[in-house]
Amino acid sequence: MDVIFEWFRVLYDETGINLPFLYDAYDRNRMIDGFFTTIRLSLVCLFFSVLIGVVGAWLQGSTFKWTRRIVNGYIQLFRNTPPLVQLYFFYFAIGTMLPTVENDWGGQSPILGSFAWAAISLSFFAGAFNVEIFRSGIEAVPKSTVEAAEALGFSRLQIYRDVTLPLAFRVVLPALNNNLVNLVKTTTLAYAIAVPEMLYEANQIWSDNVNVTEMMIFLLLAYFVLVGILVGGMNRWERAMRIPGFG
Amino acid sequence: MSNTTMNTLASALIVSAMGLTAASADVLDTIKERGTLVVGVKADYKPYGFLDSSGNIIGIEPDLAKDVADKLGVEVEYVPVVSSNRMQFLEQGKIDLMIATMTDTEDRRKVVQIVDPNYYSSGTNILALKSLGLKEWEDLRGKPVCGIQGAFYNKSTSQNYGAEIVAFTGTAEAYSALKAGNCAAFVYDDSAIVAKTNDPEWSDYEMPLKTIDDAPWGLAVQLGEDEFAALMSDMITEWHTSGRILELETEWGVANTPFAEAMHAKFK
Repeated sequence: MDVIFEWFRVLYDETGINLPFLYDAYDRNRMIDGFFTTIRLSLVCLFFSVLIGVVGAWLQGSTFKWTRRIVNGYIQLFRNTPPLVQLYFFYFAIGTMLPTVENDWGGQSPILGSFAWAAISLSFFAGAFNVEIFRSGIEAVPKSTVEAAEALGFSRLQIYRDVTLPLAFRVVLPALNNNLVNLVKTTTLAYAIAVPEMLYEANQIWSDNVNVTEMMIFLLLAYFVLVGILVGGMNRWERAMRIPGFG
Repeated sequence: MSNTTMNTLASALIVSAMGLTAASADVLDTIKERGTLVVGVKADYKPYGFLDSSGNIIGIEPDLAKDVADKLGVEVEYVPVVSSNRMQFLEQGKIDLMIATMTDTEDRRKVVQIVDPNYYSSGTNILALKSLGLKEWEDLRGKPVCGIQGAFYNKSTSQNYGAEIVAFTGTAEAYSALKAGNCAAFVYDDSAIVAKTNDPEWSDYEMPLKTIDDAPWGLAVQLGEDEFAALMSDMITEWHTSGRILELETEWGVANTPFAEAMHAKFK
């Protein structure tokens, strides 16, 4: 392995193409940490944003007026503001207002760190879109299907869980795909509140080594591959869930 | 392909994409034709370059830039830059001259033309709560330490002293995160921290460690602009000879630094 890494140092000396995240152990560890932070942040946000979407879409069909209003208010607030502004708002405005806890070095720090705030903020941001995406799927389920389920004595929750949602899910997958791909790309914004994800680490590395061009090319390719894997997985899922004759 | 070729390629692409004509060989002609000297300075680095209450960029470095513009007989225009984009702005020709608290390093000399002699110098220190009682750089091991994205000492602080660097894009965010308790300290240039500790709002904070990495600052022009670089070199020598730097330090409330005094003594 070391031989390969050393080869990239030679490459730099010979050609000027500087890839320190391959030959320098310190930079390599930073980049690997950054990669896993991006994966971790993406997975957490994917999970919670889909959960928010499913629950939100159900609440939107609630018989209580105020539940519907709150869900719609949430969608308007998070869909109509830029994600970077939301991140700054959560981290610097809300974060400093919350109670503090004693930390390891004898000071006081906020309960939630930058990673937690990034996860919360990005989940809510993507979740707002997901609610609307799931609503579009629910509305595409024929009314007669729901009526048939009601006639069989299903409760509202049962109808949503066992009839509407499974059918709606197949309809929304292409739109959901789009939004989740966007979400993974939006995780790069977390660098603004110092979450050590890939863009942040790449920024540190190009600042130390002045190799902006190489790092930019690497980042572009890294995200292309990462999102490509997500899209591939989602497409397979879409195919596996297909019901012949429906949708 | 060499690093410079790649960089030139990248900047050429950007320039042509913007529909601009490529920069001419001698930037001095361009400046005189245009009637303005465009200088990249800091806007968040009191007192070297910061914003006054009406949003104008003022400070020691803008004053130095004004001297250059006066010498050339043109107007001066300030473009705020940050550590992570200042060299790129210069490479792309968005600014003619960069006086932006940049430490002079070998790597940077490959990308932009840093003019000798150095005009200023500073080292690295931290701003931290007095109550933490930090004494040694080693005390930072394992603790989150705020920093600025693009600062050269981030790597050494984490590599040599084991601090976990939490780097933000600007100083305002870093100061805010330090105040909120997201970091145990803020690693930054001692020259800026001294100014902060004099601020009543930061009276609970101190600069407790021994300054390390005392390194000279370099102002820079685009690579290959030899004529402009020669002019700037004379300019810097003149600043040191006349004691202009010392005068500006006093004017902006900074104690005269040993570097500025030594340079004045050397060139006098």
